[in-house]
Amino acid sequence: MAKEWEEMTPTEKRADLDGKWLSPPQAEYSSAEAEKAYKERVQRMLDAINMKKPDRVPVVPMAGFFGAYISGLTPYDVMYDYEKLMSSFSKYVLEYQPDAHLSVTVSPPGKMHDTLDYKLYSWPGHGVAKEHSYQCIEGEYMKANEYDALIADPTYFFLTGWLPRVMGALDGLKMLSPFTNMTEMYGGFTGAAFVPFGLPPVQEALKKMMAAGDEALKWIGAVGGFGAAMTAAGFPGFFGGGTKAPFDTIGDTLRGTRGIIADMYRQPKKLLRAMEQFVPIAVKMGVDSAKLNGCPIVFIPLHKGADGFMSDEQFRKFYWPTLKDVMEGLIAEGCVPFPWAEGGYNSRLRVIKESPKGKVIWGFDTTNMADAKKILGDVCCITGNMPIATLSVGTPEDVKITVKKLIDTCAPEGGYMMMSGAVIEDVPPDNVKMMIDATKELGVYK
Amino acid sequence: MAKDLTKALADLKEDEALAIVKEKLDAGADPMGILNDASKGMETVGTRFSKGEYFIPDLVYSGEILKSINELVKPKLTAGSDKKTGGKVIIATVAGDIHDIGKDIVVFMLDVSGFEVYDMGVDVPAQKIVDKIKETNSPVVGLSGFLTLAYDSMKQTIDAVAKAGLREKTKIMIGGGQITPEIVKYTGADTFGKDAVEAVAIARKFMSAK
Repeated sequence: MAKEWEEMTPTEKRADLDGKWLSPPQAEYSSAEAEKAYKERVQRMLDAINMKKPDRVPVVPMAGFFGAYISGLTPYDVMYDYEKLMSSFSKYVLEYQPDAHLSVTVSPPGKMHDTLDYKLYSWPGHGVAKEHSYQCIEGEYMKANEYDALIADPTYFFLTGWLPRVMGALDGLKMLSPFTNMTEMYGGFTGAAFVPFGLPPVQEALKKMMAAGDEALKWIGAVGGFGAAMTAAGFPGFFGGGTKAPFDTIGDTLRGTRGIIADMYRQPKKLLRAMEQFVPIAVKMGVDSAKLNGCPIVFIPLHKGADGFMSDEQFRKFYWPTLKDVMEGLIAEGCVPFPWAEGGYNSRLRVIKESPKGKVIWGFDTTNMADAKKILGDVCCITGNMPIATLSVGTPEDVKITVKKLIDTCAPEGGYMMMSGAVIEDVPPDNVKMMIDATKELGVYK
Repeated sequence: MAKDLTKALADLKEDEALAIVKEKLDAGADPMGILNDASKGMETVGTRFSKGEYFIPDLVYSGEILKSINELVKPKLTAGSDKKTGGKVIIATVAGDIHDIGKDIVVFMLDVSGFEVYDMGVDVPAQKIVDKIKETNSPVVGLSGFLTLAYDSMKQTIDAVAKAGLREKTKIMIGGGQITPEIVKYTGADTFGKDAVEAVAIARKFMSAK
């Protein structure tokens, strides 16, 4: 009998997830060729991740709503109509043939967010034009004096402090008492803890949550259906799960840029303590979905630690320690952390060199890739840097020249995957096609 | 006790800076003098930023300190005493893009550097920017955008400025996370800046070239 997950070593956990990615237990391939292609693609990516030479450089464009745009649809169309979501995103994968797809989760369920009166983002038809992608609206959704409450019980703070502020329909949740009060019947503990559930504002919020859940279920049906269809056609998914660096969770989601920056000076100890509190939470978030999806790669988009966003000293003090802890926690659970450094990470390369060897993929946007290869070449697989500006306004010939340069710089000896430096939205289709085809042509290892 | 407000602000010593301001105001000091000292402190912050000694958190935090100083000083100011002399600059995040963090830092640095800044906010349609140029006669416009959709919005805005016959007398700088020389060429802008301090330097250069 197979070992229980809890009894496995990190290496065994990783082998388990790699195995499920390579041979998904539920897969039904459309043909023997599709099955062969699927396995070749996963093996190609695993070889690159393991810093070996694959048969050729894998190519995985960071496609956002690109599938919608090439199908004559808007982000609004696909966020509100899951059939359109399926058909348009499939069109991209089947016609352009990248080595992996990025699921359809990039397109969240629009109606669910309408129901919740969500405030952390504007989205197509709801604060953003239907033709454009969703965009974050930062704010101080947690006040400067709420660190003690957050640290004491993050879940209770999210439930009663944060959720009512970012989801207007959940205002009633602020009346909940801690679930940890439900220790026993004696003393009226359970009785008292359930009182809030009898109050009309709480019941209203719960009804909205159930309606949101109904919509989320429809959406996840599309997500699962898309994944199965792509596997059937021979295309693996790239992301097992996703999580965030604790500094970004607090900066993006709770305090906002201005807020977290003020905290770095005014209450650094509380900020550091709160970030530590988020480490196991962030690890669990990534591991749970990686296990569910049977793929080890956990995407970690990095925001506020980029060049210029803080000094190297501040990066070492505030950003890196808990990000490293999250990465190590993921690795201990058999996952492959995929930190994705948006913006430039040139001055950080010497710090992130401390990443666990051979167990991470570092993705880059505008970082100098020659330096990245030099410094991280013997540490981990690197990816990214196909400039989104060139993809957006360049010619296919410009794209091909850049692909060649990237392969010449990063691919020798393996350990490189071709990816765009930023998300591909409404970009000239010929340029995306060239990025993929040129990698297939020029990225072959002899 | 003659403590140095300029130095306290430049060194990001919030408590000390605010204590000095209170002390000075209690002693009946000229509020404009206090603001001048603060302004010199901000100049040092900007210089340290361009030398790579300070980073975005330092800029933003200096802004937080300055905001607190202004709140203390404002009630003592007489109307019109804080007139800007650096020239007019219009700043906007272009149509379709609602990001404001970078734009706000640029607005703040231009403002403390003495420019009269017209901050038009986010998601600003091209025609509104054209109208603002006509209304204010600003010789300099800064367009901000974080997303790649901003490439086309910037291009459309600059085309609209040209169509209105204003391109010759308007210098246009662009900025944002994904802006490169390729995008300057694509949009038809005059140049781009990589950060808020560069935006100030570019605006100064544009003003003196008038």
